[in-house]
Amino acid sequence: MSNQLDLECRQLVKSFGKFTAVDNVSLEIPKGSFFSILGPSGCGKTTLLRMLAGFIEPTAGDIVIKGNSMLGVPPNKRPVNMVFQHLALFPMMNVAENIGYGLRRRKIPQPEIDKRVADVLERVSLPDAGSKNVDQLSGGQRQRVAIARSLILEPAVLLLDEPLGALDLKLREHMKVELKQLQHEVGTTFVYITHDQSEALVMSDNVAVMNEGRFEQVGSPQDLYYNPQTAFVAGFVGDSNRWSGKIESVDGDQAMVALDEGGVIAAVSGTNSSMGLGDQVELFVRPEAITIERSTSSQDGAHIEDGKNTLTGVVENLLFDGANSRAQVRDQKTGHQVTVSLPQTGAFSDLVSGENLRLSWSVDKARSYVSSAAAKQEKAA
Amino acid sequence: MTTTKAILGLTAIAGVAFAGQAQAEELRLLTWGGYAPESVIEQFKAETGIDVKVTKSNNEDMISKLRATGGGGFDLAQPSQDRISAAQAEHRIYKAMDLSQIDGNQFIGSMLEATKGNTTYKGDVYGVPHVWGTSGLVLNTATASSVKDYTDLCNDAVAGKVSYRLKRPTLIGFAFSMGLDPFAAYDDKAKYQEIMGKVEEKLISCKPNVKTYWEGGDSLLNLVRSGEVVAAMAWDTGGWKLNNDNADVTFVAPKSGALGWIDTFVLPKKTKNEAGAYKWINFVMRPEIAAQITAAAGNFTASKGADQFAEDKLKAQFQASFPQADLDNIKWYPTVPPGLETIEGKVLDRVKAASSN
Amino acid sequence: MSSAEIAVSGTEQRSVIPTLKLGTFLLMLPLLLWLLLLIILPHVDLLIVSLREVLGYREYAFSLQNYAEFFTEPLYWNTFVRTAVMSILATIITLIVGFPVSYYIAKVMKGRKRNLLFIMCLIPFWVSELVRTFGWMILLRESGVLSSFIQWIGLVDGPVEFLYTDATLMVGLVYTSMLFMVVPLVSVLDTLDDSLIEAAYDLGGNTVSILREIVIPHAMPGIASGCIVVFMLTLGNYLTPTLLGGKDSLWFTEQIYNQFITRFNWESGSAFGFLLLFLSSAIVFVGLKLSRQTLADTVK
Repeated sequence: MSNQLDLECRQLVKSFGKFTAVDNVSLEIPKGSFFSILGPSGCGKTTLLRMLAGFIEPTAGDIVIKGNSMLGVPPNKRPVNMVFQHLALFPMMNVAENIGYGLRRRKIPQPEIDKRVADVLERVSLPDAGSKNVDQLSGGQRQRVAIARSLILEPAVLLLDEPLGALDLKLREHMKVELKQLQHEVGTTFVYITHDQSEALVMSDNVAVMNEGRFEQVGSPQDLYYNPQTAFVAGFVGDSNRWSGKIESVDGDQAMVALDEGGVIAAVSGTNSSMGLGDQVELFVRPEAITIERSTSSQDGAHIEDGKNTLTGVVENLLFDGANSRAQVRDQKTGHQVTVSLPQTGAFSDLVSGENLRLSWSVDKARSYVSSAAAKQEKAA
Repeated sequence: MTTTKAILGLTAIAGVAFAGQAQAEELRLLTWGGYAPESVIEQFKAETGIDVKVTKSNNEDMISKLRATGGGGFDLAQPSQDRISAAQAEHRIYKAMDLSQIDGNQFIGSMLEATKGNTTYKGDVYGVPHVWGTSGLVLNTATASSVKDYTDLCNDAVAGKVSYRLKRPTLIGFAFSMGLDPFAAYDDKAKYQEIMGKVEEKLISCKPNVKTYWEGGDSLLNLVRSGEVVAAMAWDTGGWKLNNDNADVTFVAPKSGALGWIDTFVLPKKTKNEAGAYKWINFVMRPEIAAQITAAAGNFTASKGADQFAEDKLKAQFQASFPQADLDNIKWYPTVPPGLETIEGKVLDRVKAASSN
Repeated sequence: MSSAEIAVSGTEQRSVIPTLKLGTFLLMLPLLLWLLLLIILPHVDLLIVSLREVLGYREYAFSLQNYAEFFTEPLYWNTFVRTAVMSILATIITLIVGFPVSYYIAKVMKGRKRNLLFIMCLIPFWVSELVRTFGWMILLRESGVLSSFIQWIGLVDGPVEFLYTDATLMVGLVYTSMLFMVVPLVSVLDTLDDSLIEAAYDLGGNTVSILREIVIPHAMPGIASGCIVVFMLTLGNYLTPTLLGGKDSLWFTEQIYNQFITRFNWESGSAFGFLLLFLSSAIVFVGLKLSRQTLADTVK
């Protein structure tokens, strides 16, 4: 088992004084996969990555790479390499010297270094860049040089610290694809940290969503999107409409939730655990799960109609974005704003703000989670 | 480069600054430490309304400052009497005195006449005397009683505990104590060169005995006070000051004779307050004022009758250091002719550069 | 100027450019005046003075004698060589001592501690050089603090004189120059991205190789400018060598000072001044060539 895993973390903890940056994190990354750690800034993902690289020693727990514990092993002795956020290319060296740096440190003879540098430059499609200075390269080219500089050492795991953050949008979209492609070709395990869910979802085989030092959920991108296990994941991954309320009645796997602001929504449990009567919960509904039709009334709050959750409201803003266009609808009764996706067929292309809309979504598209404040109390008790 | 730049820059700035502040009644005095005590300045201000601005200096510095500004920047200066006529001949930095403005009766007559004679250039008198004193030996009599003359500083008994300046008084003093007469050779450069050659040899052979060549009076006083130096060549007043703290230390006139100097009043060429300068001279030469200056500087002045106002302790110290025979033996510096300082400079450089081991 | 010309077209150009020129000139006027009045004119004057020989009272003739004297009189030569060698040595020692200090300030310390440390390096320079040098004298003299201390702990029996040796002189020079090495080094090391060091470490580098291949190449302009400043300051130092060096200490600036102030020999003083300027410039030039730096880099 363990020889199929490139990287394994066991109950990893890192505290700075009273503050726990990484709290009991365990993870297993199989060989050759693209693994992302997704989380808002300050969630501890950078600390985790720096522990993997060896710049920080964990307070407790163990890091195992290819079956060997890395505790006490300095960064320059670990079989992992890192691509830094701002790439950290050495300005005092040209491209070839940058890429050959690690090999020179390993005392590999210069002709051999030259050959391998040429090979890796070929692989990142920069065959003639060797003699260039770092500042002569474009952002994307520098990206590739930084990756090549690490890959040439054939690390067991390549760590990437938000390397696309500094690029402009267009290039970032392009590099996402390129990076995934490259990973596929070289077959090295990539551990990629980012706060950008699109980067994580597009590139990764598996994603860990991290919050406040803990892993909220680890799974495939599809899993995280369609089957979020916590309120945080449901809110953080993809867009969602959110309500909070109290469970009024439970019927099998369905529950009626009385909203704090008034109205009722029927929902299913987002987690595997069952729902308890009186629980304070949070509800999440994705914009694309909501069906819309024009309506004459705008005064009906959230209620159940024909076994579906229904709500009427007034279009407040139209956010046109091609296939990704949305409308923001205001529930007149409660003032709650709901975002809905407009059908890609263009059926509502003539919609204007001020019109009344009737929104409806099936019960299983509304996922409820015991709210975190209540969950914490429960845990403490 | 920095030093020369600094010197030129500073003199330029000083010139500009001083030129701009010639206010109504102000007397800019270029003098030695102690010659213009605060109390005297206040009394003068009360009497005449003139503010005295004091710049402390020494002979070489005074001449250099006045040379850099062509005799400007100050209204009254106090170089030693032997450094006036040559500097005037070379640099034209002084202005002749109008002796009618000075109350000659306040001066000790012989000293006034001698100074007038020494500071005459092309028939004009440039200086009148103010403070006089001697340089000789400052000794800790408990540990360095064997030192009787300058050459005795090279004795093994005081090895490593000796200090003197690398300046011309040292050369002159050593020459006298070696039985030579440098003053007699002032007008014979070849002879003077020969004398200095001998002095140079002596000073180089004496170098291992020297702890350090002192630069400022205060640093020497510290060296002697701490006991690090037991015999030094220095001014009489330094010895008397130390004597106040430690009865063992005092000024001793060397066997070959102490070297006597007189500091004067001269007018810089571009003086802007000549009348104020004369007022100051006449004021400080009053016996009771002169006595205050004696108390501050430690040296006696050319003021007639000031003795009776001087402190008894200082008088006693003076008499202990100068029995009549030693007083008669004081060698007064004659005017330095041009060219000698170049010879002396080379000697001093070579002594400094010589290895002490 | 050129960008303005591109931006301005046609008839406007005629009217705008002359005012721009006048404006530029007025802006530069203080600098030009400063250069002319306080740097160039005094130097021209010095040059003229250095090229004349005194024949008698107020009689001068053109002569290279003052310069010739420097080269023919071993005393002056030796003094210069000694000053230069000691200055180079002091510069190297200052660099060796200052580099780890700067690195610590720039890279290891953070926030308030870092500022505190930096200020502690600055504080000695709030008092004049004279006071600092006297401080050393109080510590090191025969009846001073250090001598008393080692007698008290029983290391020696009698008082020991630490002053008036070349080693003391060196200590004083390094101490006096420290700040001028630390400031450029800290500012250049500040600009070194920490991630470069981490990246090098991550790629297999060790402390020595990172220092050699990453930190020092990056810090080279700061090292060069620090070394130039320290070298020139040390070479031009007057107080420290005179006060700490003792009876055998010969310093070239002391020689110049003597020529000007105590010998009234402005002619040879000026000549020595120029020789010091040229010889020290030559040493800096050679130093820059050897370290493959340009003067332009060091003032970036």
